[in-house]
Amino acid sequence: MKLASLTDGIFKNNAVLKQVLGLCPALAVTTSAVNGIAMGLATTAVLIGSNSVVSLIKSVIPAKVRIPAFIVIIASFVTVVDLMMNAFVHDLHKVLGLFIPLIVVNCVVLGRAESFASKNGVGDSFLDAVGTGLGFTFALFLLGGIREILGNGSFFGLSLFPEGFSPAILMILPPGAFIVLGFILAANNWIEERKRAKAGRAVTHG
Amino acid sequence: MNRNSVMMVVVLTVIAGIASLILAFVYDFTKDRIAEEYRKDFLKGLNVVLPEFDNEPDKEAVEVEGRMLYPAKKEGKLLAYAVQSVSPKGYSGDIVVLMGVDLEGKVTGIEILKHAETPGLGNKIETPHFRDSFKGLTKDDNIAVKKDGGNIEQFSGATISPRAVCEAVTSGLAFMDKALAEVEK
Repeated sequence: MKLASLTDGIFKNNAVLKQVLGLCPALAVTTSAVNGIAMGLATTAVLIGSNSVVSLIKSVIPAKVRIPAFIVIIASFVTVVDLMMNAFVHDLHKVLGLFIPLIVVNCVVLGRAESFASKNGVGDSFLDAVGTGLGFTFALFLLGGIREILGNGSFFGLSLFPEGFSPAILMILPPGAFIVLGFILAANNWIEERKRAKAGRAVTHG
Repeated sequence: MNRNSVMMVVVLTVIAGIASLILAFVYDFTKDRIAEEYRKDFLKGLNVVLPEFDNEPDKEAVEVEGRMLYPAKKEGKLLAYAVQSVSPKGYSGDIVVLMGVDLEGKVTGIEILKHAETPGLGNKIETPHFRDSFKGLTKDDNIAVKKDGGNIEQFSGATISPRAVCEAVTSGLAFMDKALAEVEK
């Protein structure tokens, strides 16, 4: 097992921020910080389940039917998460209800099964799922938090501004998702760029 | 058939079989809890729209013209009925309203059971302030948003959602007017 399996998904290969994958849920449900975190954690649960199982039975799945096999496994875990959330966190399920079944078609989940779990051991696949899931959750939390503050004037449901402040409603409407994501990606690239420039200078001067 | 194609069928069948077993188990495990949660949701709604009651309205429901009326009783005395009313004119999809109507045809309260309106705009129909503005109105009042010459406050930027709620309440009251006469018979 390698630590990199865990950290890669959080930073270096963050699904949303670096690979720009899984954008459908990332853009659609992030109208508040809580929604983002909940959707991220639900996806993490599915990822952990599907990655572990795929990695466990990878040697018995014939290559030609691996995609349908993966999808059946993923869909089962999604349904389990859906039922469990409906039973135990009913209020949250009411908000996210429509989007939970859609985790089945989240390309991040199938992507990890296909490109990682089907080639690596259970331990690494588990860590990869946790890392990818947490990275996804973090990205959704960032998007949801910023959109909630700008678009609704609140954070985790707590009002931030005095009465009479009118928030930029656009930010919690669909276009706001694209705008905020654009700025996050730009900031991300800028940080990378600076890091690279610094590293480059260090090399020339060294 | 060569060995490989047989393997494909066998493996997929086994995976699907195990998956169905697990799903059946989880479904069975959660089914009662989910039903209970939905009932709690509904009871919460009834508590909001009806005057104080001490019976179980969802178990004593009566059917009139295919719609369920949920009676609120206190010490055996009938106070009001709750009824669901739907408007298809929401900004995105149906808006389902649960409304309480007392025996004189006055609205005792409304609750939005289901909607898919825009967060931050149309979903303000959920706020207590908006819902309370329907209290005490009867079918003779002009239940419409101010923009349409009525007496319900709309919100800036969203007229369609409140308008749909007004429509649902109006049609619900019209139905209750008939239904009350029917029930008393």
